[in-house]
Amino acid sequence: MTSKMLVRALTAVGLLGLLPIAAAAPGESEWRKPWGLNLPEGVTSLSQQAYDLHMLVFYIVCAIGAFVFIGIFYSIWKFRHSQGAKPANFHHNTTVEVVWTVVPFLILLGIAVPATQTMIKMEDTSGYDMTVKVTGYQWMWEYEYMDEDISFFSRLDRDSQRARQRDPEISPQEVEHYLLDVDNPLVVPIDKKIRFLLTANDVIHSWWVPELGWKKDTIPGFINEAWARIEEPGVYRGQCAELCGRDHGFMPIVVIALEQDEYDDWVAEQNGDVAAAGDDPADVDVDADAGADEVADEQLEDMSQDELMSLGGQVYDSQCLACHRAEGEGMGSFPALAGNDEVTGDVSQVKDVIINGVSGTAMQAFGGRLDDREIAGLVTYIRNAWGNDAGDLVQPSEIRDAR
Amino acid sequence: MSSTTDTAHHGHDDHHHGPAYGITRWLFTTNHKDLGVLYMSFGLLMFFIGGAMAMVIRAELFQPGLNVVDPYFFNQMTTMHALVMIFGAVMPALTGLANWLIPVQIGAPDMALPRINNWAFWLLPAGFVLLLATLFMPGGGPAGGWTMYPPLVLQLGDAFPFLIFAVHILGISSIMGSINIVATVLNMRAPGMTLMKMPLFVWTWLITAFLMIAVMPVLAGAVTMLLTDQYFGTSFFDAAGGGDPVMFQHIFWFFGHPEVYILILPAFGIVSAILPTFSRKPLFGYSSMVYATAAIAFLSFIVWAHHMFTVGLPLAGQLFFMFATMLVAVPTGVKIFNWMATMWRGSMTFETPMLFSIAFVVLFTVGGLSGVMLALAPVDLQYHDTYFVVAHFHYVLVSGTVFAIMAAVYYWLPKWTGHMYDEKLGKIHFWVSAISVNVLFFPQHFLGLAGMPRRIPDYALQFAEFNMISSIGGFVFGFSQLLFLYIIIKCVRGGEKATDQVWDGAQGLEWTLPSPAPYHTFDTPPVVR
Repeated sequence: MTSKMLVRALTAVGLLGLLPIAAAAPGESEWRKPWGLNLPEGVTSLSQQAYDLHMLVFYIVCAIGAFVFIGIFYSIWKFRHSQGAKPANFHHNTTVEVVWTVVPFLILLGIAVPATQTMIKMEDTSGYDMTVKVTGYQWMWEYEYMDEDISFFSRLDRDSQRARQRDPEISPQEVEHYLLDVDNPLVVPIDKKIRFLLTANDVIHSWWVPELGWKKDTIPGFINEAWARIEEPGVYRGQCAELCGRDHGFMPIVVIALEQDEYDDWVAEQNGDVAAAGDDPADVDVDADAGADEVADEQLEDMSQDELMSLGGQVYDSQCLACHRAEGEGMGSFPALAGNDEVTGDVSQVKDVIINGVSGTAMQAFGGRLDDREIAGLVTYIRNAWGNDAGDLVQPSEIRDAR
Repeated sequence: MSSTTDTAHHGHDDHHHGPAYGITRWLFTTNHKDLGVLYMSFGLLMFFIGGAMAMVIRAELFQPGLNVVDPYFFNQMTTMHALVMIFGAVMPALTGLANWLIPVQIGAPDMALPRINNWAFWLLPAGFVLLLATLFMPGGGPAGGWTMYPPLVLQLGDAFPFLIFAVHILGISSIMGSINIVATVLNMRAPGMTLMKMPLFVWTWLITAFLMIAVMPVLAGAVTMLLTDQYFGTSFFDAAGGGDPVMFQHIFWFFGHPEVYILILPAFGIVSAILPTFSRKPLFGYSSMVYATAAIAFLSFIVWAHHMFTVGLPLAGQLFFMFATMLVAVPTGVKIFNWMATMWRGSMTFETPMLFSIAFVVLFTVGGLSGVMLALAPVDLQYHDTYFVVAHFHYVLVSGTVFAIMAAVYYWLPKWTGHMYDEKLGKIHFWVSAISVNVLFFPQHFLGLAGMPRRIPDYALQFAEFNMISSIGGFVFGFSQLLFLYIIIKCVRGGEKATDQVWDGAQGLEWTLPSPAPYHTFDTPPVVR
């Protein structure tokens, strides 16, 4: 057996082995495709109703438009001066004026009835089975399962992150779901009425997955409500819809809807049941760098300068670069870090700012979002990059102490 | 009409002088025609500046990936494009038309408040120097959207106070210009020119001026609250201090919705002047046009929250604003049907102003119909903040208002300059613009429905095709406006001599004046029967 054949055979076996998982894996939606023209019918009763209403009104306005355009173009054709048309002199006709006031009004009344019914249904969040709290951040989402002890952040995936830079390492065309993929998707069960509580931490965002049928603004200091009962398993993608700063276009949403038993497995896995982890199809997108399966001791081991600087640089690029910019030069109200005495000065102050944020400013608390190693790398990095010369290393154990 | 001879008589009739020479003519002028020219020239300049920003936007969106500008600069471009086009291009252009035309259409010698007229204009360059200068400051220009929603707008750096004060200055300018128009129309009409005999352009501007006086102070209040929130420790829009970010949106859109009708109502007046001329038939339903304009203006005050269906309004609020918004379609429909009936059984010719006016009716209808769709709150939760909305308001503002302004320029240019414009070039300009504007904006309907949010600098691969088509349309539309500039300059510098009547079907006092209209007109009021 040549090595080529061996590879083929192994591949075939591997594919066979994958089959049961592939069959169970939630599928991509058919709706998102190039040359897409229309709203999705979606996977909830709300999205279906919105779609039906949209199509109804679309046909009505097309009919009205056809009437207007045929009238205009017939006039242009028929009543041309060059064809010897003689102008009439009428300028008034009460009957037709009443007709074209009343008829549109009646049409609108006809549209208003189903629109009102749909609106009432959309606002009815009663009788829900579970609650997910969505919090918008610049520029990521946080999901908290109110009935489980699960919460996590959801950010643009690494490949899109690399491809969206100037002179990127990989081109956008090479990324499968460019700008529509995340590290940690929102996983929910089908056929359950999910109540979403939506809020934000910094500025207003808007949580929109078209196939659920709505978007809702997330507003700092206020909580909005919405609901969805997803009827089909699948992967549903969306984006932030309210301008929220530099990276508004780069905080997508991915919802994976699973059958109830698969969802239960996923919940168990999140709660630390490692045995369930292997066969979970939703697991494929979870960020390998999250460090979930590293034990605490390894977390606190000292790192070399190179390790710290390299990890810190990665963290900086994904978390800090958007505001403080690539060379730490800052932007607008976001202060420069390069050449900043506070950054190279008292190290405990720097740790505090990163872990706890600065209240009253856009600087958020990263303590809950980054682990000790990441913060240690980040502190080391910003104190020693771009000509900053604090010269010291900050180790994960020091971060643990500072928390 | 005797100004040319009267310039020789110094001393006796010293109000009968001609224009001053050199720069002082333009700095100190109180003449409504000079100020009309200044306003319109300023509008044209800003149209090209705002257009250049649109070119940057379309270049970045030509294909996926980071191609031309940083995402933060992209946000500055979308924000400034809107501010420049609304406050710098369209409003001054319409005010310029009002300045030039209202006195000659109602038989008045000038505007009622000529010195205020001068000041209102010269505030505009001051305001825009403040606003555009922010682009060269550390941290760049405003990037939170022209709607200036807090808390995002509070993250601006040095640009923030400049933005606020620029808005204040532009608002003061608009209020003064509007007071002037109201005072002129109500006090200075020629004998016999009753309100219901006024040309519709005067009517629509009268109503527009009332809208501006009503809402510009509201905008000033909203941005002042932003200013105190930022610098003086108030918490109007900060939940942590007991305020509410959504309250800003309510106040802003209480200004903002009448504002969009401020941008369209004078365009209705322009088209209502041009269609009858080239149909050689009186305007159909004059009085219903007046009432419909007033109805639209009234409704504009009670529909603002349809911009906010996604913020979490109570159900009753959503339903009220949905119903009120749908009602706007009724008087708007009346206008469109009246224009159709004006053309019906007319005797039409298709000079450039007529072409732009017909395109206005057709394409404004497209924008109006997508507006009916957007009015429906439950579906607006899908449409809101997508390219569907971008397509909608560009259909009503670009192929609507901007086309009407171009129609007006072609229509009255012979009266202003005494020369006919180059009809062949005018027609080329029309056809290139009318085709490219649809290539530019029609695919954006599809993009929005297919899931593309607005104000994003980069997009998923599924949106690549339509964005490229839209960008190509955008580049053609943008560069074809240089032809418009060329045609205007060519017409100002010379051309076939225009007759006093100019268009054989034209009605109204301005066509009784010589072409070009003298510096002072209607010193003796004409009698209107």
